[in-house]
Amino acid sequence: METDTATERSKLAQAAASEHLTPDDRIALLRTMLLMRGVEARAMVLYRQGKVPGSFYDGFGQEAVSVGAAFAMAAEDRLCVLHRDLGAHLVRGVPVERVFAQYMGREGGVTRGRDGNVHFGDKDLGCVGMVSMLPDMMLVATGMAMAFKLRGERRCAITWFGDGSTSRGDFHEAMNWAGVQRLPVVFVLENNQFAYSTPIEQQFAVEPSKRAAAYGFPGVPVDGNDVEAMFEAVRVARERALAGGGPTLIEAKTMRMHGHAAHDDMRYVPKELLEQWRRRDPIDRQVARVRELGVDVEALRALVDEEVEAGVEAALAMPMPDPATAREGVFAEVAEPLGDGLAPWSGFGPDREDDR
Amino acid sequence: MSTMTYLQAISDGLREEMRADERVLLMGEDVGVFGGAFKVTDGFIEEFGADRVMDTPLAESAIVGTAVGAAVVGLRPVCEMQFADFVACGFDQLVNVAGKMHYRQGLAVPITVRLPTGGGFSGGPFHSQNPEAWFMHAPGLKVVAPSTAEDAKGLLIAAIRDPNPVVFCEHKHLYRRVKGDVPAGAYETPFGARVAREGDDLAVIAYGAMVHTALEATANLDGATVRVLDLRSLVPLDEEAILETVRRCSKVVVVDEANATCAAGAQVAALIAEKGFEDLDGPVVRVSTPDVPIAFSPPLEQALLPSVDRIKEACRELLAY
Ligand SMILES: Cc1ncc(C[n+]2csc(CCOP(=O)(O)OP(=O)(O)O)c2C)c(N)n1
Repeated sequence: METDTATERSKLAQAAASEHLTPDDRIALLRTMLLMRGVEARAMVLYRQGKVPGSFYDGFGQEAVSVGAAFAMAAEDRLCVLHRDLGAHLVRGVPVERVFAQYMGREGGVTRGRDGNVHFGDKDLGCVGMVSMLPDMMLVATGMAMAFKLRGERRCAITWFGDGSTSRGDFHEAMNWAGVQRLPVVFVLENNQFAYSTPIEQQFAVEPSKRAAAYGFPGVPVDGNDVEAMFEAVRVARERALAGGGPTLIEAKTMRMHGHAAHDDMRYVPKELLEQWRRRDPIDRQVARVRELGVDVEALRALVDEEVEAGVEAALAMPMPDPATAREGVFAEVAEPLGDGLAPWSGFGPDREDDR
Repeated sequence: MSTMTYLQAISDGLREEMRADERVLLMGEDVGVFGGAFKVTDGFIEEFGADRVMDTPLAESAIVGTAVGAAVVGLRPVCEMQFADFVACGFDQLVNVAGKMHYRQGLAVPITVRLPTGGGFSGGPFHSQNPEAWFMHAPGLKVVAPSTAEDAKGLLIAAIRDPNPVVFCEHKHLYRRVKGDVPAGAYETPFGARVAREGDDLAVIAYGAMVHTALEATANLDGATVRVLDLRSLVPLDEEAILETVRRCSKVVVVDEANATCAAGAQVAALIAEKGFEDLDGPVVRVSTPDVPIAFSPPLEQALLPSVDRIKEACRELLAY
């Protein structure tokens, strides 16, 4: 089901053009992808050194999916973020040191050591952290969108999920509900070819983007390794949602370039397949574009590396949580809804494009 | 104050809270035009409109999951499971998404999930269950189970206002059988136990429909005075009221309509063993449903559910201990 024919590729390349990105936006997209890769690579080292407990999951090779999609979301939009989507948190404004502290189970992490690795969402930045049960968050995002619609608000919800999770009932329940009620929600399927060791051929008989039609809304295949294509597809889906057009399923075609988690050497993935995808690395692609703008990419990389190192240092200096607090916080005393996150896209600047 | 059935009191509580707070909306299968399988929301769609009395697809995971989403952006959803049994299909969203949210992320999930529970009318294995213990075992969920009309209304309003996910167990067999005086207007009943009848010789601890069965069984028990403690809330469990009851009566029968193993009653018995042992004057006795699916045919069902006679017998044996 991999779309690697010449025609498919040229189609995807055309779709990549977005007229809605300024040079600064393009640089920001690259910078955030570099930051995601830098943080995750560094975290993997910390994991091997025993400084990150439990397990560690990353989104190496998939950076464009979360960065591009989250970049199209407004401050007042809401996100349910998955385990390969660190980029979305970075776009929304989670500082790098809090991410490292999260991985290390420290008090300064987003969940204050209550949950691990990428299982987090900063409620003050409009994000809900995932639960392990996939794809439960599709329904939470659908419910957010339902509330927006009921209150007549021009806002949108977005969630990410993997190819494997399309087999579970919650995928169907969310797609159906969102379709029936024409909700302002964007579903981003990260088709990274494998669910743990299970290839997509054993997951579905019909491509998920084609399944969307059965729920009454469009399914859009996108080159998930092109950050601008991801941005553009989600921007269009969001506009559609705000205009009352209902949900969109975006199928981001990408590849999981690392094992399922740190322990997995993924010997079940054919070498040639990896090689083929390595040539389509999302960061290389954006580097080429940004170089054309005359930007010193090496200087940008150096800045990102500095930010990563500073984040590690700051996180290592943070205390572990106090065991005396382990029982606290099971129940809420007050209910406060999610707050707004950052929305760095220039289209959300002073002369906002989306006519809000 | 007016006299209402348990069912009318639940409707009244919902209506009051929907009038008072526009964030409250109802979600469930056939709750709108039809007014709900038990008619709890009869006439609601006319007053509040289809947006706030939402007929959902047949999808329990979606009902709970979308309620969570709506709650974290500021609404106060009240979900109806058509029968408590179907919450099994929404279990994951309730236990893993709603229940753990605040501990993990400091994000409150103010939802109420109404479960029409219980047997006694040939509902069979899939329309008679009492699944409250499933949720007592899941951190982050509150679980309440009223036995009277007044408490049904007050606990429901308190559940809707609570910033946490609350599982509201309304016993189907009480819907039209139980009547009582219900205060007008909106009021909250606290999540704690109440003494349904005073007594000193023995105590029966129960909740939901079993409170009535216990009251009947002990109304005239060979001259003994029997305290009946109605738990009302299972999470939080009113430890102090339970232990005070043990201190006062020293002999305790715990009655539970749910299947026996790890049931709410088992938790009460464990609590007494741990913290009330010195005040006991006899073993804690449990009366509950054996670990068997609730059978359909009346003689089989009656053989399973705790009856007035079984409770009486248990009380007599304990009094003679
Ligand atoms: C319902 C459920 N079953 C099993 C698992 C264990 N598990 C964790 S990730 C994973 C594979 C997920 O694959 P996919 O949805 O394609 O996402 P990816 O990890 O490839 O991004 C599995 C089986 C889970 N998280 N959820």
